[in-house]
Amino acid sequence: MTEPVSKMPIDAKVKPALTSLLYQLADDDFILAYRGSEWLGLAPHIEEDVAFSSISQDTMGHAAMFYQLLEDLGEGNVDSLAHARKAAERRNAVLLEVVNGPGHYLSSAQYDWAFAVVRNYFYIQAKKIRLDSLKNSLYQPLAEVALKVNMELYYHLLHWKTWFIQLMQAGGEARTRMEAAIRKVLADFEGVITLGPLAKDMAEHGLIEPEDVLKQRWLLTMKPVFESINLAVSEADLAMKNGNGRIGEHTADLDAALTTLSEVYNINPAASW
Amino acid sequence: MLIKTVLEALHNVKDPEIDTISIVDLGMLEQIVVEGNSVLVKLLPTFMGCPALDIIRKNVETELGKEGIFEKIDVQFIYHPPWTSDRVSETGRIKLKEFGIAPPPKLISETGEWHVDCPFCESTYTTMENLFGPAACRSILYCKSCRNPFEAMKPVSTMM
Repeated sequence: MTEPVSKMPIDAKVKPALTSLLYQLADDDFILAYRGSEWLGLAPHIEEDVAFSSISQDTMGHAAMFYQLLEDLGEGNVDSLAHARKAAERRNAVLLEVVNGPGHYLSSAQYDWAFAVVRNYFYIQAKKIRLDSLKNSLYQPLAEVALKVNMELYYHLLHWKTWFIQLMQAGGEARTRMEAAIRKVLADFEGVITLGPLAKDMAEHGLIEPEDVLKQRWLLTMKPVFESINLAVSEADLAMKNGNGRIGEHTADLDAALTTLSEVYNINPAASW
Repeated sequence: MLIKTVLEALHNVKDPEIDTISIVDLGMLEQIVVEGNSVLVKLLPTFMGCPALDIIRKNVETELGKEGIFEKIDVQFIYHPPWTSDRVSETGRIKLKEFGIAPPPKLISETGEWHVDCPFCESTYTTMENLFGPAACRSILYCKSCRNPFEAMKPVSTMM
């Protein structure tokens, strides 16, 4: 893992909101990168396999940076933050933890590519908007990380947006499956947008802009894309059907994922990697 | 004087995958701090998820250890300023090309378009096969002129 970047004293009043925000950023990227890695070898074609695993690797790198910022704030070391926390302690959005589809990546995987495209595209656009805001965060180490992450996001966004538009324009089965995936993603997208119970404090301390400003910006950015493919999406479509991950509500999918991804770590948590 | 020695040593630390180019020519070196018999090297990671970072750290420690003048050698990866592809030196661009990797396009126009020439035959008649390549920092292209597949370093800029 990388060394601490820069440490700055942090006001006790600001700290709960700051750590809450960092846990959300880290956990979101961590679990989605994991879900992305499960696609390895199963993507629609070999070039996509290369691209998707590269994106997942970047995303895991972003999670590591956010966990590092938490380590710098005394929250524990990066590896244990990533591997040793139980589902109830995780703050990722539920949408990002749900399985890629029926089956297991080692056998009989019936993963849904439409869901992968929509989940990743919608999330990465939201992440881009969040990071653009974080570039002006008053917590300088976070603003610096945001600038770095943002440059890599350019490529991720381009990739998923291309898939999204092409499959939506393809018609037939592709369109039908994409629309089903869109309904599924929007039903839990409020869980991605929300910044949790301390959202107000985050904005007041200048860590990030208010939740609703970011939400409106996402809707505004997506609007021309939706219009171009003749899709009607309104603010009311965004919901939180399967729970609020920001307060530790999660599905059984997360428990299963944590068991798998921390298996090696748990053999010997003291080992150095 | 010592800083010069350190810099020379760092020129011997190559990219673990591209052994013609040093981390200095890649533009990863941000600062060398020498205090008494300790040295601190601050490096900028190219892409964050890059698994080569730990190898580079170890190689820097080993290389500086050979000098036998430092008791304490520290390598720190920092994110600020962020690494951008225009940090690759002129020497670095030549070395990349020798290896068969097209250097990152220098200018990114306002449209975000970029163009890469074939590192083997210089032809501009190339196509992008995959924006994402075998490493986070590279894309896969194909030269329609000499019919060779090749890799190119991705342009990375804070304007993106």
